[in-house]
Amino acid sequence: MEYFIQQLINGITLGSIYGLIAIGYTMVYGIIGMINFAHGDIFMIGAFIALIAFILFGLTGVALPIILFLVLLIAMLFTACYGWTVEKLAYKPLRGSFRLAPLISALGMSIVLQNYVQVAQGARVKPMQPLISGGLEFFKNSDFVVTLSYLQIFIVILTIILMIMFTLLITKTDLGRAQRACEQDRTMTALLGINVDRTISITFIIGSSLASVAGMMFVLYYGVIDFYIGFLAGVKAFTAAVLGGIGSLPGAMLGGLLIGLIETMWSGYVSIEYKDVAAFSVLIITLIFFPTGFLGKPDIEKV
Amino acid sequence: MSSDIRAIVKDSLFTGLISLALFGPIVGLKTFSKGAGLFVTPHWTPVIFLVLACTIGRFLIGLNSLRKKEIGFVSKITSKVSYYLDNKGKHFAITGVLFAVVFPFLPFTDRYILDVSIMILTYIMLGWGLNIVVGLAGLLDLGYVAFYAVGAYSYALIATTFGWSFWVCLPLAGVFAAFFGILLGFPVLRLRGDYLAIVTLGFGEIIRIILINWYEVTNGPDGITGIPRPTFFGLPFKKIVEDGENSFHTFFNLEYSTMHRIIFLYYLILILALITNYFTLKIRKLPVGRAWEALREDEIACKSLGVNPTNTKLTAFAIGATFGGFAGAFFATRQAFVSPESFTFIESAIIVAIVVLGGMGSQTGVVLASIFLIGITEMFRDLEQYRMIAFGGAMVLIMVFKPKGILANRKPTITLREHNSK
Repeated sequence: MEYFIQQLINGITLGSIYGLIAIGYTMVYGIIGMINFAHGDIFMIGAFIALIAFILFGLTGVALPIILFLVLLIAMLFTACYGWTVEKLAYKPLRGSFRLAPLISALGMSIVLQNYVQVAQGARVKPMQPLISGGLEFFKNSDFVVTLSYLQIFIVILTIILMIMFTLLITKTDLGRAQRACEQDRTMTALLGINVDRTISITFIIGSSLASVAGMMFVLYYGVIDFYIGFLAGVKAFTAAVLGGIGSLPGAMLGGLLIGLIETMWSGYVSIEYKDVAAFSVLIITLIFFPTGFLGKPDIEKV
Repeated sequence: MSSDIRAIVKDSLFTGLISLALFGPIVGLKTFSKGAGLFVTPHWTPVIFLVLACTIGRFLIGLNSLRKKEIGFVSKITSKVSYYLDNKGKHFAITGVLFAVVFPFLPFTDRYILDVSIMILTYIMLGWGLNIVVGLAGLLDLGYVAFYAVGAYSYALIATTFGWSFWVCLPLAGVFAAFFGILLGFPVLRLRGDYLAIVTLGFGEIIRIILINWYEVTNGPDGITGIPRPTFFGLPFKKIVEDGENSFHTFFNLEYSTMHRIIFLYYLILILALITNYFTLKIRKLPVGRAWEALREDEIACKSLGVNPTNTKLTAFAIGATFGGFAGAFFATRQAFVSPESFTFIESAIIVAIVVLGGMGSQTGVVLASIFLIGITEMFRDLEQYRMIAFGGAMVLIMVFKPKGILANRKPTITLREHNSK
């Protein structure tokens, strides 16, 4: 029982990270109907920027909460630049082209970003000393002590705050309305005087910023990153988006949590070597049996 | 005019600013570990160069767009090439094959060039195999490397366990790969384009993870060593010959040379690739090939006309996988060593890139794209780290300027001729 609770806590933490990345996939898919294959690598770049910022601020000796806040802002800002540029360079010229073209372009972009970071930052793994340590302990009298670290609390609370802000942004502001309108019908939206290109750019900016927050959490949580983390995290986050129903924002978060839980439970109870197989199998099973996911709308093909 | 210039300058400066934000942290601040800690060193020189290059480049592009008579010169060339190939395609193909046949004996061909050519031919074969799935049937398969891996491992395991010869193992490798193709294809082929792509990617990764972790059979990450080299119909390419045994050079009374084996491998892969090509060209004209092309164009129309999409797609998948398996067996015998490292997702990406960049469905396009892409990575070999950047960049650029590939070929192989009513 105690072990289960521990895995539950770990799973929710991991799920928050996947959920934040999954939002980027689902938003982009919703608005332009493509799988942004480079999104996982945007997440990786976010993690690197956060790592560099942590090191720089670590030298100044500012208080920890201020460091966290500043790093968050910096990572979001710089990573958003990457998301924006990738869209402008690799996807915008291909809008309205045949279906596989943006996917291939995204694949190329993903290869470029990975190897660019490898060249610029080196291929070795980058370890970082833990910044937030300590935690709460439960069931001290039993054999297995359940730990809820402060870091896990920080990750979950930050995710909840971001999700609330993000939901408000999408449901209450003009920007969110324009975004939802573009999802439904881009031509009609353009006719009604909304700048579709700008809206799509902003979608990429928001998606990348959220991915960079996930990157920052990843650095803090695992304490070690390399240029290759984007691929696996990207595929798992995409699985999360599909599981929740691609195009649905609450679905992305729900899917993220589920994937996080499945992964930790699988490594806790079945086998740790095959934990990635679990994620891929879930993806395949979901797509075969309920391709619309939990909260997705059915996709009707019109002739 | 001056306002145009002002806009361009403004645009370039903005580009400069963005590129500063892009390259500043990642290129400008390099992390390095020292002892237990991680530190940062500044590298500002490359950042300054990159930012200047982006700004000036953007400015020049802006200036160029002011001159109105901009005609895409890339597309002009490729459309000419593609027109030429359409009309003179046969001559081109025959010349190409003839050139490939005499290639090992040309004066400038040395061991390195031949090795690269074998690699290019392997990719051409894989590209042609995948072209059946992607180009003809229109199913994007991002896990093709799984079949390549199945072929290589089944060859390696059979050859090392039972000691059977290459020519027995080769068809078996194909059969195993086809079996896996059906195994994967059966549940997933109902999915639409992008979903199918992601699921096949997942399948490729699952196969790789199993290869890494299933120690008892695959020997894990260490891979399988000591795979028998191919023999020339029973004659090995060995230098030292024991009594009563023949080797290739003693049988033909030649001076021993390591080149013999390389040349033999070259012809082997050439023949395998040509078989793939011949098979594809023929099957396109059969009912099943026509059904693939029809399915690619419109699945709903196909269903209404009584084509069973699942079976049709399944055959495409299985046949594509078989050729992947053959190529895998060749790979295993050439390397004499297989390990999961050779079958990463990037390999799948390269093969898909070759098919799509060449122009889906175009057999010649696959050849051009293989030579171009593998050539690029080979040219950048001295700059080891930069070659994959160049590779990915080429993928993006070709898609942006030529979204249908270098030689787009979506024309149905067989068309209904209109009646000329006179």
